[in-house]
Amino acid sequence: MTKKLAGGAAAVMSGALLLGACAGGGPAGAEGAFTDDKIVIGVLNDQSGVYKDLSGPNSVKAVEMAVADYLEKYGDDAVVTEEQIEVITADHQNEPDVANTKAQEMYDRKGADIILDVPASSAALAVASQADQKKKLHFNIGAATTELTGAQCSPYVFHWAYDTYMLANGTGRTVTENGGKDWQIIYPDYAFGQDMEKSFTEAIDEAGGTVSGSIATPFPNDNFSTFLTKAASGQPDVIGTMQAGGDLINLVKQYNEAGLRDQGISLAVGLMFITDIHSLGVDQFEGTTFTDAWYWDMDEESRAWADRFLEETGSRPSFAHAGNYSAALQYLEAVQATETDDADKVVENLDGKEVEDVFLRNGKIRAEDHRVIHDVYLAEVKAPDEVSEEWDYQNILNTIPAEEAFQPVDEAGCEMG
Amino acid sequence: MNDFLQYTIQGLAAGSFYAIAALGLAVIFGVLGVVNFAHGACYMLGAVVAAVLLDVTGLNFWWALLVVPLLLFGFGVVVERLFVQWLLRLEPLYNFLLTFGLSLFLVDLVKRRYGVSGLPYERPEILTGQLTLGALRLPTYQVFVFLFSVLVCLAVWLVMTRTRVGMIVRAATERPDVARALGVNVGRWVTPVFGFGIALAGLAGVLAAPFRAITADMGSSFIIILFAVVVIGGLGSIVGAVVAGFLVGLVEAFGQAYAQNFSQIVIFVLMAVVVLLRPAGLFGREERA
Repeated sequence: MTKKLAGGAAAVMSGALLLGACAGGGPAGAEGAFTDDKIVIGVLNDQSGVYKDLSGPNSVKAVEMAVADYLEKYGDDAVVTEEQIEVITADHQNEPDVANTKAQEMYDRKGADIILDVPASSAALAVASQADQKKKLHFNIGAATTELTGAQCSPYVFHWAYDTYMLANGTGRTVTENGGKDWQIIYPDYAFGQDMEKSFTEAIDEAGGTVSGSIATPFPNDNFSTFLTKAASGQPDVIGTMQAGGDLINLVKQYNEAGLRDQGISLAVGLMFITDIHSLGVDQFEGTTFTDAWYWDMDEESRAWADRFLEETGSRPSFAHAGNYSAALQYLEAVQATETDDADKVVENLDGKEVEDVFLRNGKIRAEDHRVIHDVYLAEVKAPDEVSEEWDYQNILNTIPAEEAFQPVDEAGCEMG
Repeated sequence: MNDFLQYTIQGLAAGSFYAIAALGLAVIFGVLGVVNFAHGACYMLGAVVAAVLLDVTGLNFWWALLVVPLLLFGFGVVVERLFVQWLLRLEPLYNFLLTFGLSLFLVDLVKRRYGVSGLPYERPEILTGQLTLGALRLPTYQVFVFLFSVLVCLAVWLVMTRTRVGMIVRAATERPDVARALGVNVGRWVTPVFGFGIALAGLAGVLAAPFRAITADMGSSFIIILFAVVVIGGLGSIVGAVVAGFLVGLVEAFGQAYAQNFSQIVIFVLMAVVVLLRPAGLFGREERA
């Protein structure tokens, strides 16, 4: 009898010990708190089309760097081991329906806990809606639409790097305040261009400038000469272009050809990535102003990270690459803090959090609309004789503080369920 | 008035690319009966090869105008010998599939090797800036492109009308049945003519390099307009291709300037009107249509 009791007590004790160990945390302790016993990070972006260079395969590299940094930082205390973190990727070809299918596949079949990047606004909105339905996370880096944190916002979607409001507010307002009062805008006639034209016009008006003409152009288009002559005929101070990628390069080449800079008409670009400057050369873009979410050579910290990135990829990072790194890192930090991949708990941890990392300066994750705000920069492309090394292309003219750079919460129109 | 003259020269400069490339397309169609869907890709290849040669060997723009078309001539000869010649006796559908496939292959190859952001290209110093004529300021490069392409088209016209080779090609283009009946060995000229057509597309690409984004996709919208050009000019008509090339450039520029909302469709409206009035195109011959 005593023997039986003693045996029972021992069994209960050992059971309790086992339970205690589970609750106690540590690498083994987290077992069961992670679906499939692992964290799966999906990077869904354009791997073959126009956004390949500015995000594409190098965004995947940036995310892998974040994973490595997380594991190194926490060592044995990390709630997941190296084997438990998987980075997967797919090409959405800039098609919303492909993005939709790939996102479903990543969340449902491949067990992705989070999808990162997703440039092209239409594709981003498709993925955001999947995330919302499935209650899985999507941190968007590559897309520009304010809808993600506006009418179509979701508790599971965070917008990390930039948006059309921030670009317009940065370039439109700052250039106007610096004396570029009279604008002509040339924009591609599709959703992104129309959205940008509207945001820029509002920002310029508010800053006391005028938009004396807006020209919608076909998309894609390789001949902008006539549009430029038309825009220049009123002798504006600034021509603002909302073109991107190859169209932007066409327009800039033809702007130079027409000698408009010599006539005192400066060029402001709505959205530009360092990869655009790299592909065309600083001589073509010299003096062009634009808003940048981050620049690799803005300080010691960013430069050190960009050096590592250069070693990994052979190229300097665009702000989208740095944004992907930051988003992956902050996600893993939240996982570490909550010891789970449960999306609701991760969101709870992130809401309202103030963050500093290589990308986010004075960063804050707004709980109300999930807009991640941070300092952004008005940049100018250097003159060729100022360039001291490859990828040394930009002067930072102004830092636009986080609180001023992004759309105020009450204007965003987000009602989070 | 000043603006009108600027639009005119811009239209003629854009038309220069169309005229030279369409000339190549017309010659190939005339002699081989092949509608070369890879022509846009060959135009792209001309610009890409010029940019790569400048980067790797320092070959400047002036040399590129000579060397790149020669290289593309060689490429055209190889393609004709390896692929096109086997399909000449088959239905046109096979040529379409071949040249369309070739186009996809070339675009993807360039994408894989050089990415998608485009390659940089420097203009020669002498072609930068503007020519000032009174109050009129015309971009030097556009004036150059226009004059140069007029010279190229004239040279091609002289070769076609004043040399034996040209006459054979023209005879084969215009009346292949009669030419054969008269004992002209049209077959001998098929390979060099194909190469020559491709070389002209490449030349248009070199001319575009300082002025347009050099990307793998630069030929895809170009080829669509090029087909409008050859339909307007008359399929296979050499004069028609040139005249329609400049005409389409002008219509495009004026459309963008004065009918902005319709700028994307003006070329196709022009094409529809021409086809309604003259089904074989401006310089086409009825029996061919």
